[in-house]
Amino acid sequence: MAGTLVVCEHLAGKFSDITFEMLDLANSLGTGEINALTFGSMAENAGELGIANKVISASCSNDFNPETYSAATVAAIESTSPDLILIASTSMGYDLANPVAASLDLPLVAYCTGIQNNGEDFVCTSSLYGGKMNVSSKVSGPVVAMVLSGTHDADSGRREGAPSMSEIAAPATDGKIRFKRLIEPEPGDVDITQSEILIAVGRGIGSKDDIEVAEELAELLNADIACSRPLVDAGWMEKSRQVGKSGFKVKPKLYITLGISGAPEHIEGMKDSATIIAINSDENAPIFDVAHYGVVEDLFEVCEELIEELE
Amino acid sequence: MKIAVLLKWVPDLVEELEVDDDGTGLDTEDLKFKLNEFDDHALEEALLLAGDDDEVIALAMGGEGSEKMLFTALAKGATRAIRLTGSSTEGTTGLATAFSQVLEAESCDLILTGVQSVDDRDGQLGPFMASKMGLPCISVVSEVSLSGQTASVMKEYAGGMMAEFEVDLPAVLGIQAARETPRYAPVSKIRQMQQTSTLEEFSITDTGTGSGSTVSGFSQPEGGSGAKMISDIEELAELLNGLGVV
Ligand SMILES: Cc1cc2nc3c(=O)[nH]c(=O)nc-3n(C[C@H](O)[C@H](O)[C@H](O)COP(=O)(O)OP(=O)(O)OC[C@H]3O[C@@H](n4cnc5c(N)ncnc54)[C@H](O)[C@@H]3O)c2cc1C
Repeated sequence: MAGTLVVCEHLAGKFSDITFEMLDLANSLGTGEINALTFGSMAENAGELGIANKVISASCSNDFNPETYSAATVAAIESTSPDLILIASTSMGYDLANPVAASLDLPLVAYCTGIQNNGEDFVCTSSLYGGKMNVSSKVSGPVVAMVLSGTHDADSGRREGAPSMSEIAAPATDGKIRFKRLIEPEPGDVDITQSEILIAVGRGIGSKDDIEVAEELAELLNADIACSRPLVDAGWMEKSRQVGKSGFKVKPKLYITLGISGAPEHIEGMKDSATIIAINSDENAPIFDVAHYGVVEDLFEVCEELIEELE
Repeated sequence: MKIAVLLKWVPDLVEELEVDDDGTGLDTEDLKFKLNEFDDHALEEALLLAGDDDEVIALAMGGEGSEKMLFTALAKGATRAIRLTGSSTEGTTGLATAFSQVLEAESCDLILTGVQSVDDRDGQLGPFMASKMGLPCISVVSEVSLSGQTASVMKEYAGGMMAEFEVDLPAVLGIQAARETPRYAPVSKIRQMQQTSTLEEFSITDTGTGSGSTVSGFSQPEGGSGAKMISDIEELAELLNGLGVV
């Protein structure tokens, strides 16, 4: 086997956790040499990528640009001929893995939670249908696999070391996409990443007015209110309350969900909570796969009865 | 300006999903389908971006759901609706090949589609198709504004962080959220469209070479492997007590 290329994602000058998760995965596969591709000045932090045998540094801007980063990744694949190319299943990864696979005519497997190496081919497991189905794909390398955040151990992928270094020039592009600026989120009234107890409200709540019942419960439990993405899109809650892939990663002592299905994009933001209690009327909701305790019932009934009981 | 919106029919996750007899697909017998929710946002954004002289063209693969999706798009304000016929497709790679044929014939300035769908095992349609067509693409977009032949877009990262990009048109955008909640089309209006308008048809000739991978298994995650189920309120209150939160 010709080894693995891990395409390292970074944001604001730091490697993202998913980078170390992918290194952990690459390490567990035993597919030979592990090369890590970094962009811009991130190669200065190569010492954190100790699992990699070699770090290939693409000379380009530190700011992600789909065109330049894809061109650099294609160049790195052409020069190292890996069997497996790991790219994060993230916002940046979407605009990197797809163009790379499309332009090199490589198979692409998205939303991977695990990969097995059978010697001859790979079996990639994807979490599809909002986390309700695990789908395995058999594919022979070279293959591009997009790895979901929160599926591997970032801590064991973070290893100090001194991988050998090389550089590649990012090939010229058409310049049809221009990066302008990064925008930091506006701080909200509450920093949910610091809350000890969170009550997270999902689309099952039905309407903005009904969030009140969650607030009442939150008051009794001394909790803060968090939410899933659709409530922010609907304008019912502030972005600063959103947990998940495009929101915040939280690790409270207690996380209670009301009417949240447990899509992978939500789960990656809350699965490390010490205790998770899920309330959902659908017994097959994937949230019950990560919850420690579950209540299969109408959330309004549970809230009302619980409020009564607690009072 | 010509804006195309790609629409996809996907299983409604509110339904119970079951594995088919082969163990390599969904049992679609009693399954309910609906428009991919992110495509609904893409359509909304297209309708918001379009001025009086602009065209919004809704596109969908023929087959189940295509009439409903396309007439609904017309009822919401799309100018034209095209149904792709002639062959069925498989996966993102197949859809990308099919859509790119009609898009090349239509030469649109802007192509919008949902950032992802619940069954796109072999990649996300927007960026995959864009690359095959040689067009620039940004996905996970939640704000778009147009000025001449460039679009200014906001791409969402983690933790509420966003990046602003400028993109030369023609371009493809994978829409995460429209700036407004997708509008609702009353059933009466959709019926009226079915009676007064027709769907255009475009026959596809090539459905691509496949994803390069084979589905070897389909299974439900081991439900509630860890979750202890609680059925009465006193038990729940006791649990909270035990955790020291009340
Ligand atoms: C790039 C990208 C990034 C994303 N980032 C995020 C993110 O950061 N955070 C996030 O949350 N999502 C994110 N999403 C969206 C994600 O895919 C899901 O769409 C979202 O998490 C679903 O939210 P939900 O669980 O509240 O709604 P749904 O999936 O609609 O679930 C509602 C649940 O409520 C239950 N329910 C309904 N009525 C009741 C009732 N009366 N009592 C009890 N239960 C009830 C239903 O059974 C259902 O399970 C992202 C998506 C993409 C594509």
